[in-house]
Amino acid sequence: MSVITYREALGRALDEEMARDGRVFLMGEEVGEYDGAYKVSKGLLAKYGPDRVRDTPIAELGFTGAGVGAAIAGLRPVVEWMTHNFALLAMDQVINEAAKMRYMSGGQLSVPIVFRGPNGPAEYLASQHSQSFASFWAHVPGLKVLAPSTPADAYGLLKSAIRDDDPVVFLESEMMYGWKGEVSDQEFLVPFGKAAVARPGRDLTIISFSKPARAALEAADALAGRGIEAEVLDLRSIRPLDEAALYESVRRTGRCVVVDESWPFASVGSHVAYLVSRECFDRLDAPVALVSGEDVPMPYNHALELAAQPLAAKIEAAALRALYREV
Amino acid sequence: MDDSLLALLESMQLIRAFEEKAGMMYGLRKIGGFCHLYTGQEAVAVGAVSVLDLGRDYVLTGYRDHGHALALGMDPGAIMAELFGKATGVSRGKGGSMHLFDPAKRMLGGNGIVGAQIPVATGVALAQAYRGDGGVTLCFFGDGAFHQGALHESLNLAKVWSLPIVYVVENNQWGMGTNWKRVSSEEDFTLTVAGYGMKGLSCDGMDLASVRGALREAVDRARTAREPCLVEARTYRYKGHSMSDPQKYRSRDDVEEYRKRDPIDALKGRMTDSGELTEARWAEIAARVDAKVEAAVAFAEASPEPASGELYTDVYSSPRAAG
Ligand SMILES: Cc1ncc(C[n+]2csc(CCOP(=O)(O)OP(=O)(O)O)c2C)c(N)n1
Repeated sequence: MSVITYREALGRALDEEMARDGRVFLMGEEVGEYDGAYKVSKGLLAKYGPDRVRDTPIAELGFTGAGVGAAIAGLRPVVEWMTHNFALLAMDQVINEAAKMRYMSGGQLSVPIVFRGPNGPAEYLASQHSQSFASFWAHVPGLKVLAPSTPADAYGLLKSAIRDDDPVVFLESEMMYGWKGEVSDQEFLVPFGKAAVARPGRDLTIISFSKPARAALEAADALAGRGIEAEVLDLRSIRPLDEAALYESVRRTGRCVVVDESWPFASVGSHVAYLVSRECFDRLDAPVALVSGEDVPMPYNHALELAAQPLAAKIEAAALRALYREV
Repeated sequence: MDDSLLALLESMQLIRAFEEKAGMMYGLRKIGGFCHLYTGQEAVAVGAVSVLDLGRDYVLTGYRDHGHALALGMDPGAIMAELFGKATGVSRGKGGSMHLFDPAKRMLGGNGIVGAQIPVATGVALAQAYRGDGGVTLCFFGDGAFHQGALHESLNLAKVWSLPIVYVVENNQWGMGTNWKRVSSEEDFTLTVAGYGMKGLSCDGMDLASVRGALREAVDRARTAREPCLVEARTYRYKGHSMSDPQKYRSRDDVEEYRKRDPIDALKGRMTDSGELTEARWAEIAARVDAKVEAAVAFAEASPEPASGELYTDVYSSPRAAG
C-alpha cells in the first residue's frame, strides 16, 4: 500500500498500460514537454518519447477525431482534454464517430479509445470553465462513462478503460488531482459497472459520483453527529450503471438523496433519482431527493460560486428533510 | 499628433501598471482562478484600438483581455472590481478576469474558450455589413488559437461574405508552454490566410507605430472596400501564461531579450529624443497612472459583494422564462 494522489494514480495507470501495450499512446495539449497542464502525464514524454506522448496544437476537434481514426485502425489512444469544457469542440467526433462506429458498421469496427480530463467546477473559473458534462456523455449509447473519486478507483478504472474495446469518457477534476488515498502497490483493475459503498449505513442512502462523493461523505459525518447513519454509494461508473447496488441499498434504507454537481435538468442525478423512485417505489418512506448544481451558469464571485454547488450542508439538509427531521 | 501620442503612451503605461497591480492582488488572493496578464503586449491593444472609430467599431478578444478593455477606455475601477468579483464590476462579478464586457465602450467580450470569439466576431461584422453602418470589427486572439477550426471556418466566411473584420493574431510566441513554431505547419500566418484569398499584414507588436501602420491599412480596407484582413503582431508576454505557470519552457534570458525592446520604453525613448517628452512630463504621466490604479484598487476593495439573489439573475431576458 502506498498513499498517493489521484494525479499520481492516473499517471501510474498510464505508465503501466503504455509499458504493457505498445499500441497505447497519449495525446493532447501540453501533455508532453509541459508534463501535462495538471501534471498527470509527468515524466511520460521522457520515458516513452514524442511518438507515444504527443503534443497537439489547440485543435480539439482535430486531435480528438484523429484519436478515433487511430483507434479504428488498431491503436489504443488516450486523448487528454485539458478540460471537458474544451471537449465541446470535439463532441461531434465523440458522439457521431466514436460512439456509433461499432453500431453503424454492423459490428465490424471497434473504437478502443479513452477520452479523459478534468470535468466540473474548480474555483474562480466562471461559467465557461466550470461545467460538469457527465450528463452529456452519459446520454449517448455507445459511450462508457467513468467518474472515480478516489486514487485507487482512478488507477483501477483508467487501466480497465485503456484495455476496453469501446470508447470510454473518463471524468476527473482539477480539485481531485491533489486528493490522497491508499493504492495497492500490486497491479489491479477496477471493473466497470460496480458502485462502491463508500460508507455503510442504515438510515438513508446518499448516491453520488466524482468530486461530490466527498461532499456526500462529509454530510454523512455531520449526520452521524446527529445519530443518523447514512450509507454513501459512489457510482464510480455511470455507464454502465450498477442499478442493482442502488436498489439493494435504497430498499434497505427506504430513503434516498442523489447528489450530482451537474445542472438538474435531464442529468445523471435526475435519471438515477427516477430509476430509484420507480424501482424502489413500494419501499420508499420519502420522495427521492436530488441535490444538484444550481440551474445557472457558474458565476465568478466565490460566494455565489459556492452557493451554486452541492456542498455538504445542502446534502445534509436534503437528508434531514428525507427523514422528516428539522433542518 | 503630439498629444495623441502622449495619450497612447499613457494608455500603455496604464495597462502596465494595472497588470502589475493585478498580479500583486492575485498574490494577496483578492483575485482568484485564471488571471492572464498582458504585460509586454501593450502596444498591440493600444495601437490597434487607436485607429478605430469608437462610435461604430467593435472589439472582441480572448481571456487575456485586460489590455484591450483598458485601451478601449473601460473604467479601471470597474475592471478591478470585476477581478475582485464585486457587484460593481463590469460584469457584476459574474464574469471575472476572462469575461470583461462593456458594449457602450465597444467591448463585446473576453472569451475563455480558445478561438471561440473568432466566429462570434465574424458575426458582429456580419451585422455591421447587414446594416451598412460602416463599422468594423477587430478580433484579437493568440498564436495558439490560430489552429482552431473556428478560425479557419471564419476566415472563409469573412472572405466569401466580404465582411468588415480585421483578425489580429497577437503572436506572443507561446500558447501556454508551446512555442508557435512547434505546432504551425506554416510559420508565417500571413501566408496561411493568403490561401483564403485574404490580405495578411505583419507588424512589430513591440512597436506602437508599426502596429498602428498595419492596423490603419487593415481597418481602412475593411471599412471602405469590405475586405477582411489578418494582421500578425509579433510580440511577447513577459509573465507566465496565467498566474500558475512555472515557465520551465523558456529561459529568463529570452524574456530579458524582449524586455530590452519594451514597447513603452521604446516609445518613451523615441519621444524623449525628439523632444516630445520630458522627464517631468513622464513623471506626471506615471504619477497619474499610479493614482488611477490605486483608485481602482480602493474602489474594488470598498465595493460590495453581489447579493446572494444574483445567482439567478440574468440567466434569461425575463426571470419568468426560467420556468
Ligand atoms: C478550446 C480551448 N482549449 C484549451 C484551452 C486552455 N488554454 C487556455 S489559453 C491556452 C493557450 C492559448 O494560447 P494563445 O492562443 O497563443 O494565446 P495567449 O495565451 O498566448 O494569449 C490554452 C491551451 C481553452 N481555454 N480553450
